[in-house]
This record gives sequence, structure tokens and C-alpha cells, in this order.
Amino acid sequence: MLEQTVEIVANVRAADLYFQLVVRAPGIAPLVQPGQFAHVRIPSLKAALLRRPFSIYQVNGDTFSLLYKTVGQGTAALARMLPGEVLNVIAPLGRGFTVPRDDAALPLLIAGGYGMAALYLLAQRSPRPGIVFVGGRRRADILCVAEFAALGWEVRIATEDGSHGEKGLVTQPLLAAIRQPAPPGRHFRLFACGPTPMLHAVGQIAQEFNLPAELSMDTHMCCGIGACLTCVIPVKSGDGWAYQRVCTDGPVFNAQELLWTIPPAPPVPVAPSNPLPPLPALDSPGSGEKRLTADRERQGSRDIQGEVSS
Amino acid sequence: MNLAVNIGQLRMPNPVTVASGTFGYGIEYSPLLDLNQLGAVTVKGIRLHPVRGNPPPRTAEVTSGLLNAIGLQGPGVDGFIQKYWPFLRELRVPTIINIWGTTVEEYAEVARRFDTLEGVGALELNVSCPNIKEGGAQFGTDSRLLSRVVAACRRVTTLPLITKLSPNVPSIAPFAQAAAEAGSDGLSITNSFPAMAIDIETRRPRLANVTGGLTGPCIKPMAVKLVWEAARAVKIPIIGMGGIQSAADAIEFMMAGATAVAVGTANFYEPQTALQILAALRQFMERKGIVDVKEIVGAVQTDH
Ligand SMILES: Cc1cc2nc3c(=O)[nH]c(=O)nc-3n(C[C@H](O)[C@H](O)[C@H](O)COP(=O)(O)OP(=O)(O)OC[C@H]3O[C@@H](n4cnc5c(N)ncnc54)[C@H](O)[C@@H]3O)c2cc1C
Ligand SMILES: Cc1cc2nc3c(=O)[nH]c(=O)nc-3n(C[C@H](O)[C@H](O)[C@H](O)COP(=O)(O)O)c2cc1C
Ligand code: FES
Repeated sequence: MLEQTVEIVANVRAADLYFQLVVRAPGIAPLVQPGQFAHVRIPSLKAALLRRPFSIYQVNGDTFSLLYKTVGQGTAALARMLPGEVLNVIAPLGRGFTVPRDDAALPLLIAGGYGMAALYLLAQRSPRPGIVFVGGRRRADILCVAEFAALGWEVRIATEDGSHGEKGLVTQPLLAAIRQPAPPGRHFRLFACGPTPMLHAVGQIAQEFNLPAELSMDTHMCCGIGACLTCVIPVKSGDGWAYQRVCTDGPVFNAQELLWTIPPAPPVPVAPSNPLPPLPALDSPGSGEKRLTADRERQGSRDIQGEVSS
Repeated sequence: MNLAVNIGQLRMPNPVTVASGTFGYGIEYSPLLDLNQLGAVTVKGIRLHPVRGNPPPRTAEVTSGLLNAIGLQGPGVDGFIQKYWPFLRELRVPTIINIWGTTVEEYAEVARRFDTLEGVGALELNVSCPNIKEGGAQFGTDSRLLSRVVAACRRVTTLPLITKLSPNVPSIAPFAQAAAEAGSDGLSITNSFPAMAIDIETRRPRLANVTGGLTGPCIKPMAVKLVWEAARAVKIPIIGMGGIQSAADAIEFMMAGATAVAVGTANFYEPQTALQILAALRQFMERKGIVDVKEIVGAVQTDH
């Protein structure tokens, strides 16, 4: 882990709302492991204080790149930056994917949207190619197909509107693949990065088929280095569970460790019902693509400790 | 040039520390900066037992600030001593241990436990947490309870005691006086301000805990005022904090009456902040011909 001011080499639109940023970071690039991320300070954001986390997409000599989607003020400001300008990054951070060591593993990668970014180095560094399943809402959300194909990987595509590949969710082609037995002498291993509902579905499939799966989780972060305890998710621990930090205990977790909802706490008084009808879940541009399930499910089970803040 | 300051018996080689909860247990930041350059390392709040903390989301970014409701997640006294103390005791600079409890007795028990631990620099009593036996009042907003907590800790330890005051009071002076009279060696001012933010798309509060504490540059002017008011009310030294991100901010707190300062939220976006402040503070002193940093303390000139 290093804090470095790095120079932008390129920052170009890859497709639609997606951009690829290349920075020269001689100290950092050689250290990067698949699935690790960079915590980026975006200089023009003055009133928005925090760094933004992005998976490291590709590494090339003394440069590394990010693949990001413009979803809010930070990513929009990043998209306006030009080659020659500088950024401050802390990287590489987090525990990434376990790269298969032997030829026996048949890696199946499952990606949604910018989740592809986290999986590229894993594909590149795996001893033998596997299959990558790419999902998205529409054609524009399907990224990096040529890059994975160039590594010799088979790419299977699904879009929700059917505009590219199979119509439906990415878990469909995944299920179709694992219902077939793995080739002789080989076994499936799943690796996924994408929206939380997709990760949840992959986790369930892994459990059902008894396959090892590593999932890269996405939560809001402040420090990115394990100090503030912002980014936690509930993880099984001994007989019970504990909050673990996505930034340092993850972002990659074994699927069987994860709890997808926060276990109910001792009963809390029932809150007065909301007089307004609930709003439909809106797909706001600012809310990002991936959110921890707990965001949505917290209303079900909260162990509020009075008003303990800090 | 002298930068060293004292908070009671706690000797800090320079006046810049970090704020509890924004710097983990020090070890997390050690790959990024030399902790031995700090005036002291202040660790995340610890109570007797492990604490799970609040459900996520635990923070929300707001204009020039940060809302948090971490819920004081922590390993408890034993977990802290086992996991983090071996690293901290090796530092050449003092460690300030931030402690809290849900009862007066628990505060005292935690203080007693740390009293027997070799090498602790000071205890910082976080009295801005609720859920207490005594009628649900908060230690930090009831000056009678505050006195009892400080006095109970004072009885069980000779370590320097720093009372971290809540800003959530009509006037801070009586609280500063209560802490000083009960035996506190210093004050930390301020903790976060109660606040809330709502996601208008989903109509949900942005924190799972609904409300949280506001920190960062947006609270600085309020924090400076609290330090100034407290400094006029008591003689014990103050560690000033609240939105500090530059030497100018730090000097402002010192001029208002703070003997030392702590960098909090800024650590999250710029881990070098404390060290950058120290370098720029030296330059400021040089430029102004100040030989002892204590000359800055309380140097604000008002007409009353
Ligand atoms: C480990 C990890 C890897 C990531 N990798 C990528 C990647 O490769 N490509 C990519 O496009 N995005 C990635 N993200 C998501 C990215 O961090 C957010 O999209 C980004 O922070 C949004 O910032 P903004 O200012 O544009 O949005 P705003 O909505 O304006 O941000 C407001 C606040 O929310 C936080 N935030 C918003 N959405 C997210 C989110 N989904 N995750 C975490 N914090 C969020 C921001 O940090 C900020 O504090 C990753 C997130 C994590 C945790
Ligand atoms: C994420 C977070 C966690 C905190 N945890 C604690 C804590 O455990 N104990 C405590 O006394 N103060 C805690 N604080 C308050 C800070 O120590 C400090 O008083 C406050 O953040 C104001 O300084 P700042 O504006 O520079 O951040 C916390 C603040 C933040 C942002
Ligand atoms: S972001 Fe601070 S602990 Fe993970």
C-alpha cells in the first residue's frame, strides 16, 4: 500500500457512461494483485471530501488503469480530467481474488457492469483460460468482451433487454454451464464482481451446487485502509457473526462466509407507520449501480443502539 | 524552536495528534506515515466488552462534511490489549486511549484496567455516548453525571485524564468547569454534532441509524467557538478539534485557546494531513518569529 501522486496518461470514454483512466504509478503497478482497488482523491471535488474506490483493471509496466462508470459528482469530475493532470491515489488496497494455481481449476468469472474491471487481472493471471459471463441491463453495459477474448477466454453475454447475447440475467448462462459436468480432471471455481443482487444470486448458486465462489463486495468507504469501520458487512464468525471491513478484510470474500441480511437484534419498539405510500425503488444516477443488500434490507432488522454514533 | 506541549503529565513532542475513531489503532495508518512524528496517537473508543457497532450504511458524505454512526465498534479492553497494544507500546510517541462506558462503574473499571497497563500516555473519556442506567441522560449533557464519571475515573488512576466534551449543550463552560473540578487534566473539544441526512430518491435516511454525528470542515467555526468559550472558563489545557485540515485551521484553534490539536475526518481523505500541518506550523512560527508554540495558545485578541 502506497500513497502516490500519479500522472494521468489517458482518460478516454470506453463506451456510453464508461471511461478508462490510465495513470503512471511506478511504485504501485508492480504490487497489484487481481481484485485489489485504488482509493482515488479527485482534486476538483472541494465540498465532497472523500476518496472514491475503484478496482484496478489492467496493469502494464509502470501504469495501471481503472474502468469507471459516471454515476455521480466524483466520477463525472474524474471523466473531465486530462492527460498530464495528476491524481492522488492510495493503492493497491484490499484482499483480492485467489488466483488458481493449478490447471485443474476451470475458472468461471461472473461480471455485471463495471464488475468486469475487477476480474480482468484474474483472467490474465490464471494458468488456463475459463469462461467469463457478462451481464448488464443493455448492450452499452457489456464491457471488455474483446479484452477477455484476446486472453483466450470464452465470453458469454446476457442483457436484460436482450439487445446483446442472451435475454435475461447473467446467472442464466452460468447455470446452464454448471449444470453440465466439468471436463474430466477439472473443477469449477466461481469468481464474481457486480451489483449486490447479482453477487447474492451467485452466492446462492455456489451453495446449491457446492462450488467454491469468491465474491467482490461493494460498500461505501471512507478511509479505505481499515481504520474507520464504515465499510462493514455482516460475516459469519465462530458460532455467530461479526461486522468485517470490505476495504481490508475484503473486498473479496468467500461466498459461504457472507450473511446477506443483518441478523435480527433483540426486539426494538415498532416504529410508527409511514403515512405516505412507499416510493418505488428508483434507479437514480447518483445511487450507483451496486449497493450492499443491507442498504435495502436494513428496515427489516436493525439493532439500533439508541443513538450511539461515532 | 519548541513545539512540545503538556496536557497534565502527558508530554507531547508536538501539539498535533489525531482524533479518536479517525485513525483506527494507529497500525492501519503506519504504512502511510511515520507515526513517531505525531504529537500522540489517539485510538478508537474502547469499552470493557467488545462492541458490534451499528448496521451499515454507517457514513454519508455531506457538503464539506461527513455524517457517521459507527456505533463505537471495538474489541473491548482485552481484545485491544491483545491485538493492538503490542504495536502501540513500541511507538516513541504517547498513546491516548479513548474510553467509554454505559455506567459510571464501567468507565471506572476501564480506567482501572488501563491504569495497570505499562506505557499508556493518557486516557480520553468519551462522554458523548447514551444508553446509561441513570435515567437515559447522557454523561456529556448532564454536568452532574459528567462530574461523577470524571471523579470515578480519577479515583482509580493516576494517568492523565482528558475529558472529551459534547458540543450538544447550550453552553460548554459549565461542563468544562465540571470536568476540571472533578479532576480532569485536560479537555478535548469537540466531538461530532448530532445531524441527519435523507436520500430524497428513496425517502430513507442516509444512515441506517437514522441520525449520526457531523464532522469535517463544515463544523470548524462552531468548534473554534466552543474551544474559545471553554478556554475562558478553565485553566486546564484543551485539545482542539473539528474540521482541521491545514496548519491555518490548527493555528486558529490554538489562538482560540487550544494547547494541542487533533486531525480527524481529514485523515480519511489525506492521511498526511497531521504531518503537513506540523511542517507548515514550523514555517508559520519561523515567519512570525515565534520560538515556543505555547505563545500561540490563546493569542486571539478580542475586545472583551
Ligand atoms: C471495492 C470497490 C471497487 C469499485 N470498483 C469500481 C470500478 O471498477 N468502476 C466503477 O465505476 N466503480 C467502482 N466502484 C464504485 C465507485 O466507488 C462509485 O461508483 C463511486 O464512489 C461513485 O462516486 P461519485 O462521486 O461519482 O458518486 P456519488 O453518488 O456522488 O457519491 C456519493 C458518495 O457515495 C459513495 N458511493 C456512491 N456509490 C458508491 C458505490 N457503488 N460504492 C462505493 N461508494 C459509493 C461515494 O464514495 C461518495 O461518498 C467500486 C466500489 C468499491 C467499494
Ligand atoms: C468515523 C468517526 C469515528 C469516530 N469515533 C470516535 C470515537 O470512537 N470516540 C470519540 O471520542 N470520538 C470519535 N469521533 C469523533 C472525532 O474524534 C472528532 O471529535 C470529530 O470527528 C471532530 O473532528 P473532525 O471534524 O476533524 O473529524 C469519530 C469521528 C468519526 C468521523
Ligand atoms: S473504509 Fe474505513 S474501514 Fe473500510
